[in-house]
Amino acid sequence: MGQIIQYVKSYLTSDQTPGAAGNMFWVLVYILLVFAGLSVAVIAMNWLERKILAHMQVRLGPMRVGPHGLLQPIADAIKLLLKEDILPAEADGLIFWTAPFLVVLAAFTVFVVVPFGPTHAITDMNIGILFMLGVSSLSVLGIVMAGWASNSHYPLIGALRSSAQMVSYEVAMGLAVVSAILMTSLNAEGTGTLSMIGIVQAQQVQHEWFIFKFFPLGLVAFFIFAVAMVAETNRAPFDLAEAESELTAGFHTEYSGFRWSLFFLAEYSAMIAVSSIAVTLWLGGWLRPFPNVLSGATWDEIFSFFPGASFLFLAAMCFYNTARMPKHPLFRIQTIGLAAFGAVLGLIGLVLFIPGVRVRIQDIFWFSAKVAGFMYLYIWYRGTFPRYRFDQLMRMGWKVLLPLGLGVLILTASVALLQQKIWRP
Amino acid sequence: MAPVATPFFFYLLSGIMLIGGILVITRKNPVHSALALIVTLLGQASIYLMLYAPFVAGVQIILYAGGIMVLFLFVIMLVSIDRAMKERQFNSQWVVGIIAATALGGLLIAVFTKGKNIFPEHMLPVVTDSNNTQEVAKLLYGQYMFAFEIASLLLLVAIIGAVVMAKKRI
Repeated sequence: MGQIIQYVKSYLTSDQTPGAAGNMFWVLVYILLVFAGLSVAVIAMNWLERKILAHMQVRLGPMRVGPHGLLQPIADAIKLLLKEDILPAEADGLIFWTAPFLVVLAAFTVFVVVPFGPTHAITDMNIGILFMLGVSSLSVLGIVMAGWASNSHYPLIGALRSSAQMVSYEVAMGLAVVSAILMTSLNAEGTGTLSMIGIVQAQQVQHEWFIFKFFPLGLVAFFIFAVAMVAETNRAPFDLAEAESELTAGFHTEYSGFRWSLFFLAEYSAMIAVSSIAVTLWLGGWLRPFPNVLSGATWDEIFSFFPGASFLFLAAMCFYNTARMPKHPLFRIQTIGLAAFGAVLGLIGLVLFIPGVRVRIQDIFWFSAKVAGFMYLYIWYRGTFPRYRFDQLMRMGWKVLLPLGLGVLILTASVALLQQKIWRP
Repeated sequence: MAPVATPFFFYLLSGIMLIGGILVITRKNPVHSALALIVTLLGQASIYLMLYAPFVAGVQIILYAGGIMVLFLFVIMLVSIDRAMKERQFNSQWVVGIIAATALGGLLIAVFTKGKNIFPEHMLPVVTDSNNTQEVAKLLYGQYMFAFEIASLLLLVAIIGAVVMAKKRI
């Protein structure tokens, strides 16, 4: 028993990721934490997407289930789990049933290397970014399997569109990623890194996020990635694979209930995954904003209050809306619920003010906040941009983004070479 | 970090690869064959990981995920699955096949049992450092730069050739 406690404790003193330290217990804890956090994030995204889209279209969105529709995702989940699991006639049973699992597997496995902080990752791989791109490209396979196995025309067309789209945007995406990785090699040794943690540390050492590096080259590469990642995840305005006006629901037309919800889960966690790639490569990962201008211990202290303060702000919003709730007795339970939710948020906020917690949590907070910004952008795109036509989509990928990506890569390489020649002769 | 349960994982992965390989040739439905092939290739990627070659493993996953995708599309577009299901699967040249298989198998067994003299006395030191990718890059862009460039030129020619042959009017 004592040995086990010793084994569990031994990780706490090391400043490595649990995978690098080789501590199985903490690896499992981290896997469970990431899995639970992702599931909560997907549920929250479900609610936020409906609410934000509704407000953009001057509607209220879900209001009935719980205060301001807060319990709507749970109601949806119960509805999906109770639905009948349908296997279409003449469909290929085995492939039809394994396809959603493959997609979910690909979307979740990627999070093994996502760095939420210098030590807050399940593990750090030497091939981190390559692993993320490779495993997330396996999800295309699941989509095509789903489309083919459904034995129906709409899913097949949706799957073919999706595969063509993902394969062509992967090229531009890869070029943008390479130009960011090139920037990691601008150090004394001259060797770059593919490790996700190493990439963020390179930005820390160079005192510059890669989005601002060699202005405007980093910005253009980031832009290419930001467009390609929307296409990679089949989201509006590039959601041709599930264009409901043409293909009903695309590759998951024939799926119902639990298996459909797996596709939903995979789509949202893939969105979070590609956003965290973008955050890691260009937006400084877990680093806080303004590390150079507002440097020093005082500013570090001030910025470490942000996580708690943001939760307190959310709690204050909840209390404000509690006060605005209709006074009718029918709304009493909802009012109490909203107040309780606000109280929970406030308590979390207060816990985050404890000095020990405050220091450890801030990496995770800044990383999640940046990813959340991308999630909001996804919803914003969906609310504003009209859907592309398929030939426009292909032209955009091959004739705009690909040459742009090649140009940025060549220019970045030349500028980096010049800089090394001039500054370090 | 010390490797965990290496023999177990080696036999597990080899078993998966063998089963996948057998399924590739025995399935009547070409789509199932393509899927079995990707199981085999993913098993191979894991074996590369066990050999401390993470970069090769990553590239294997990326390339073959895309490659199998294209194969999949070819199957869907070019092969009539209903007809393929009815066709006889193995052709009648099984005598030649058995001779070739025994010859190859015998060669492999012979090399495995008495191949100590063929291979260098000492194995290369296992690279357990975390900078495997950087070492590959140094070799590829340093020592073998010329061969690497020629290989990419070859691929470029193949791409241009494919475009020229496929397009009616350039």
